[in-house]
Amino acid sequence: MNRKGKWIAGPYLLWMIVFVVVPLILIGVFAFTTTAPFDANGNRLTLEEAAVLEEECAQAGIDSTVTKKTVFTLDNIFAVSEYLPVLFRSAWLALIATAICLVIAYPLAYIMSRYSASLQRLVQMMIMLPMWMNFLLRTYAWMTLLEKNGWINKLFGLVGLGPFEMINTQGAVVLGMVYNYLPFMILPLYSVMTKIDNTTIEAAKDLGSNYLKVFSRVILPLSMPGIASGITMVFVPAVSTFIISRMLGGGTNMLIGDLIDLQFLGNAYNPNLGAAISLVLMVFILLCMSITNQLDNNEEEMEAKML
Amino acid sequence: MMKFIKRSYLFLVFFFLYAPMAVLIVNSFNASKSRTVWGGFTLDWYQKLFMDKTIMSSLGTTLIVALIASIFATILGTAAAIGIFYMKKRWRSLILNISYLPIINPEIVMGVSLMLLFVSMKLEFGYVTLVLAHMSFCIPYVILNVLPKLRQMDKHLVEAALDLGCDHWMAFRRVTLPEIMPGVITGFLMSITYSIDDFVISYFTHGSKAQTLAITIFSMTRRKVSPKVNALSALIFVAVLLVLIIVNVADIKKNSPKKKKGGVRV
Repeated sequence: MNRKGKWIAGPYLLWMIVFVVVPLILIGVFAFTTTAPFDANGNRLTLEEAAVLEEECAQAGIDSTVTKKTVFTLDNIFAVSEYLPVLFRSAWLALIATAICLVIAYPLAYIMSRYSASLQRLVQMMIMLPMWMNFLLRTYAWMTLLEKNGWINKLFGLVGLGPFEMINTQGAVVLGMVYNYLPFMILPLYSVMTKIDNTTIEAAKDLGSNYLKVFSRVILPLSMPGIASGITMVFVPAVSTFIISRMLGGGTNMLIGDLIDLQFLGNAYNPNLGAAISLVLMVFILLCMSITNQLDNNEEEMEAKML
Repeated sequence: MMKFIKRSYLFLVFFFLYAPMAVLIVNSFNASKSRTVWGGFTLDWYQKLFMDKTIMSSLGTTLIVALIASIFATILGTAAAIGIFYMKKRWRSLILNISYLPIINPEIVMGVSLMLLFVSMKLEFGYVTLVLAHMSFCIPYVILNVLPKLRQMDKHLVEAALDLGCDHWMAFRRVTLPEIMPGVITGFLMSITYSIDDFVISYFTHGSKAQTLAITIFSMTRRKVSPKVNALSALIFVAVLLVLIIVNVADIKKNSPKKKKGGVRV
């Protein structure tokens, strides 16, 4: 079965090339090209010249002599540099959200991992339930809470604090990110912490460590793979989201996801620019992931931890 | 004292996770459209929900796409996992890395790339593009679940079957498949779950003819006041709760001690 067995994956390999590799290559192609107008002699025209030429043809009653060809260009990539502030804003907000998730999830995961097996199962289920609720509905729920006359402002009103402008702010976007992705940080951390045996911690205490040392010398290093997983599973979706920023940030706090969305399905249809931005985003994320992968390298561990 | 702090912390986090959904669910019974004023109990919104044709048809689309995509994904993914398992290390690493790209890459990049593919292939956007797009992110999950099972399997079992006279297909059917079946099933269930829940990739690959439930919800949430969404949330909440309970009960039953059957199943 050894030599011949691998060809059973043949159909899949074909699929993979067509539906995974080619699309990504297409992004590269679109990012570095644009369709430019040419005249009948093969000279490249600017957009204004092309418009003028089309006018003349229309008036003369003949078919337009302007042809469109795909040309290589670095313009799109340069255009992306205009949008770097947006990328940085997305990365910054995603970073804040990831940090908050980590701080909230870490103690929780530890507490969960020390419970009895049946209680662990129950708590695990309660963490997973919000995860399987539709992502849009969860974000929508916060829309209603953060409004000017929403519940949170009402509660503030009871204590006499004025209504705060909470929705359509960057804070709302971060809150949305934390709310949506917190379970994705809790579960990998929890799964790693259950493997830290109680006897290890007891041994550390017996050998004279206080709580701080037990944490920094035993628990923290052993939980590193979980931290790496959790960070990846929160940061990547957070930096590329466009729904959260649209629903909770209003139109003003555009993130890189919104930008890409606009290029493809918005009014300014520019797939080349959109592809260029996507390419930059992809490269950015690959860079971030190779940094976090320093913390955890084993392929089989990744499979064991994926949910 | 420590116990109290731990318990309250747990309670706080769960409150944070569940409070927004609780507000939605409570409001689904609210006769008044306002989100903070209670106008009396009513089941009207649920009724309107079921009579809404767009929602019902998009629910149908979602389920059909999820089922078809998951079936194909499971078949292709299982074959892929087996093939990858028998590959040499260098090929295996390369193919695995590419295979996991759809789930490692941000969804928006995958969605956009598929949209470019379909536009370039001049495919009409609709059911077909949806199924193909969903398959592309379901297959990695299948591979993810089947591959570990292959690794856990005793390699010599297949050799033994071949020695005892099976041909390759029979060895697969009688030995390999039963061993990896838990992984195949989990992969299939995961595919269905991720497919039903998907929004971003569907958003870029559905076109005007086919809508999934997530996309319908998205357009509904654009309008700030939509009590039908609350009713929908409540129903989904109950559905997910039921599924989780069933899964956990089944899990408990499976893990309860029972004697392993000896010998190779023939």
